[in-house]
Amino acid sequence: MIALDQIHVRLGSFTLNNVSLQVETGQYAVLMGKTGCGKSTLLEVICGLKPIQAGRIILLERDVSALRPAERGIGYVPQDLALFPSLSVREHLAFALEVRRWSTAQIRERVKELAALLSISHLLDRFPRGLSGGESQRVALGRALAARPPVLLLDEPLSALDDETRNEIIDLLRRVTRQTGVTTLHVTHSRSEARQLADRLFLLEQGIVRDITQRPEES
Amino acid sequence: MTPVRGISDRVFLVCLAILGGSYLVLIVAMLAANIAYTSPNFLLEALRSREVRFAIWLSLASSTMTAILSLWVGVPLGYLMSRFRFPGKRLCDALLDIPIVLPPLVIGLCLLILFQTPLGRSIERFFPVTYAIPSVVLAQFAVSAAFAVRTMRVTFDEITPRLEQVAMTLGCSRSQAFWTVTLPEARRGVVTAATLSWARAMGEFGPVLVFAGATRLRTEVLPTTVFLELSIGNLYGAVAVSLLMVLAAMLVLLIVRVFCLGHT
Repeated sequence: MIALDQIHVRLGSFTLNNVSLQVETGQYAVLMGKTGCGKSTLLEVICGLKPIQAGRIILLERDVSALRPAERGIGYVPQDLALFPSLSVREHLAFALEVRRWSTAQIRERVKELAALLSISHLLDRFPRGLSGGESQRVALGRALAARPPVLLLDEPLSALDDETRNEIIDLLRRVTRQTGVTTLHVTHSRSEARQLADRLFLLEQGIVRDITQRPEES
Repeated sequence: MTPVRGISDRVFLVCLAILGGSYLVLIVAMLAANIAYTSPNFLLEALRSREVRFAIWLSLASSTMTAILSLWVGVPLGYLMSRFRFPGKRLCDALLDIPIVLPPLVIGLCLLILFQTPLGRSIERFFPVTYAIPSVVLAQFAVSAAFAVRTMRVTFDEITPRLEQVAMTLGCSRSQAFWTVTLPEARRGVVTAATLSWARAMGEFGPVLVFAGATRLRTEVLPTTVFLELSIGNLYGAVAVSLLMVLAAMLVLLIVRVFCLGHT
């Protein structure tokens, strides 16, 4: 479960006041809103990369508001993907596992499993510089899911892709999130993405989050 | 590379080549004049001198030590200045410019006075610095480190903090994110900072002369040798030692670029 309870964020002149939302375990939630309304900031707040002035962040019944990003159990895919230029695809998939000191055999097995799930087995020895947009997206997703986090946060994951790749990644997201059972919060400004993926739909407008699951046409 | 097309592209590139090339011509002309002025015999004679051999060894050893020490402070300071806001940051920034702005001779004088204070004297009691080899390294370090700090700050400025942030969500502490993600990305900057501070230290003269003196076989580095040879009117010797410095510097910089950056 992802629950934001009366979150207050102030970053310079930008503020979000009393933001609350709840996504049940295993659901795929989409948060919509105009560019600059604070959607990405909200994801960074959940990750622990931006501070909150008030409120609570609950992940799987656990108040993580004061925890470091590493302790929150989140898989995060930022809008720019932020792949590590000096690491190969294999090293990306192994990154979170090596930090957690998994054994070499366990890492090898998990990398193989992830690569098959994301159809990137042929890319394992490549570096980010030579990857296409869709391939980079798959690698970033694999890196985020490697340590089996219970929560996945996606920041505009389809914004820089062509139509064909976008449809591929939408299918992939649907399949991967169902197979892993990960609770997902996906940020976008695209209605079609939201319609295709969302179990729950939220709208962030003027600093307030509204649940619009039953009437997506209003967005 | 985008292909060059049309007369305007060519004119533009020729103008750039003329403007930039004039500096290259100056460097080559200076070196050629030096080479023409001396002969292999003078170079061999210089190399046969025990004092010159000591100066070469001390120059290479002290510059390498200075480069290591410069990275030692340059990497953390560059990272802190690039990534964090803290009280007094502007003051720190201004202080870091002082060794770059001040004449090197004044840096030497400041060091000399520092070691005349009670603190400096108490250090000297246990670990002699002034007019000894440590003073050569310290004089070079005081100037060179500022260049390493500036280089590392620019390097970290160019690496998006997003990489570290993602690493932290993947389970890294801040220090793990630094060591596993940021520092490997900063590799080229680290090599540049090291070579820049090494080269700066190799050519440092003013602060070494004031703080370490010019005692042969004790604190004499290659720039000091050039000065000493000139002061006794031995222009041929001075030119020969200058060329040895150029050769040593080019060799080391070339090795570093080939082995650390993978290109020439």
